[in-house]
Amino acid sequence: MDLNVFARSILVITEKNMRIYYFKGPVVVFGLLFPLIMFLTFFIGRNLDLVLFFPGFLGMMLFFTASSVGPLITPWEKREKTYERLVSLPVILESIIVGDLLAGAIFGIAITTIVFVVSAGLLHLPLVNAGLLAISFVLGSVTFAALGTLLASPTTDNPSNIMMLSSLIRLPLVFVSGIFIPLRQLGGWEWILTSLSPLTYLVDLFHAALNGDAVYPPWMDALVLLAVILVFIWGAKVIQKRNLVKGI
Amino acid sequence: MVLPCNFESGTPFMYAIEAKNLRKSFGPVTAVDDVSISIQEGGIFGFLGPNGAGKTTAIRMMTGVLIPDAGSVHILGTDINKDPLTAKLKMGVIPENGTVYSDLTAEQNILITAKFYGMDRAKRKARAEEILARLGLTERRDDLVRTFSKGMRQRISIACAIVHSPPVLILDEPTTGLDVYSRRLVIDTVRHMNQEGSTVLLTTHNIEEANALCSTISIINRGRIVATASPEKLKKTFDTSRYVEVAFDQAVGQEMFAAPGITRAESWGDKWRVYTDEPDLAVKALASLAERDHLTFVSIATSNPTLEEAFVNLTAGE
Repeated sequence: MDLNVFARSILVITEKNMRIYYFKGPVVVFGLLFPLIMFLTFFIGRNLDLVLFFPGFLGMMLFFTASSVGPLITPWEKREKTYERLVSLPVILESIIVGDLLAGAIFGIAITTIVFVVSAGLLHLPLVNAGLLAISFVLGSVTFAALGTLLASPTTDNPSNIMMLSSLIRLPLVFVSGIFIPLRQLGGWEWILTSLSPLTYLVDLFHAALNGDAVYPPWMDALVLLAVILVFIWGAKVIQKRNLVKGI
Repeated sequence: MVLPCNFESGTPFMYAIEAKNLRKSFGPVTAVDDVSISIQEGGIFGFLGPNGAGKTTAIRMMTGVLIPDAGSVHILGTDINKDPLTAKLKMGVIPENGTVYSDLTAEQNILITAKFYGMDRAKRKARAEEILARLGLTERRDDLVRTFSKGMRQRISIACAIVHSPPVLILDEPTTGLDVYSRRLVIDTVRHMNQEGSTVLLTTHNIEEANALCSTISIINRGRIVATASPEKLKKTFDTSRYVEVAFDQAVGQEMFAAPGITRAESWGDKWRVYTDEPDLAVKALASLAERDHLTFVSIATSNPTLEEAFVNLTAGE
């Protein structure tokens, strides 16, 4: 395989996705407004410690933004009948998956960085480890952009079906990831349930980078996220390859 | 790699498209059954068949959009399933079920497609300008494609397919549903690309289009290729179905056509269609019958065998 052509195909697909899908209604609603409204709903008027809960909010923001672009792309392209043309261009399945993933990840990093910079400036938030924060941004955005790509993989040409499935999976994850209840206060089955969510490890990484009060060692959080990225990409590839075999 | 040789000159050559034993089933339905085609460089090859014959499924396998159950496809010597990136770089494709991005402008669609083929900025821009002018879309270059008619979208689709001057151009039903102007532009562009060196494979169920454009035609029916030849050879295969169309100044009955060389006669509006194996004999018989019964010819015309007849005969039972 020609690696230059492969890399080029990924970059052009990413560019195409950024031009077309960043300003689509579902991305704006589910990626920007939704996490903001959730934050306001849970935090305003409750006199909560913002420094303690800010890593959770940042994790939620990155989670929603990074995972909002991917679910839209493939179903939208199948409905608009642009997907078949894309597949006939010099691309392979991996180019499409990674291109979709990168578009979601860049969106997640860009929006969450803006939110972090504005919040840190206004609220004078602590920052223990800037390098770790940057790594957390990258790992978190790629993980949840990969989730978005996986969610887009089932066969449908109706984007609203996938957005519904996406909400069905993403919303419960928010509640079991140490965002609204700090991990240290959990025990028993709640602890086990929380350990199953990849978002838990991103929030924990943010705790390590911002406040220095993580529960798990950062290397462990990072390894879990890396493993989750591989599983999500593998899952997306298996499902999309099956779709190509079935011709759907 | 062992290359095939030209039968007359003995020089080796590479097939532009070589599909071997392609097979694809969807559940219990076999859409393509053991299809093999070999297309030499430089020609326009037509894939003709009724709706549901398996044309699009075969094309989707040849363009790497659909993974075959069995068989292989080589584009200028590159196996599309083993090295899809290299094979696809050699192709330009208009899928039947594919269109361009309606959220991008006409020019943006062409430019972003050119990027997939690694064309540099200056070349992309120059080529986009040239193609937009050729397809009559220069004035609409900055308009979003969502505001375009179907014919204009198809012109952008063909612009994207030819932006990199591909050695192989594959078009699935490129003129279906188009207005006369867009259809003519698409056909002219196909001819132009062929003259510039592209080998063209197109599917159509428009027999006249295939007849006018293609140097070789494969007729596919129920997933199998039933004939492959030049349009003229295919017509001659069914030479026996020729007829003479005749009209007289007076009404005549069927019994009048009982003459040597006439196999049967059918009333055809205000005319009679007289079927024959030997048009010369039939015309002479008709002249002598007209003389005998004091009839005047209003019109008389002999038909040549048509590709449509070959098509209907080969796909009989559909």
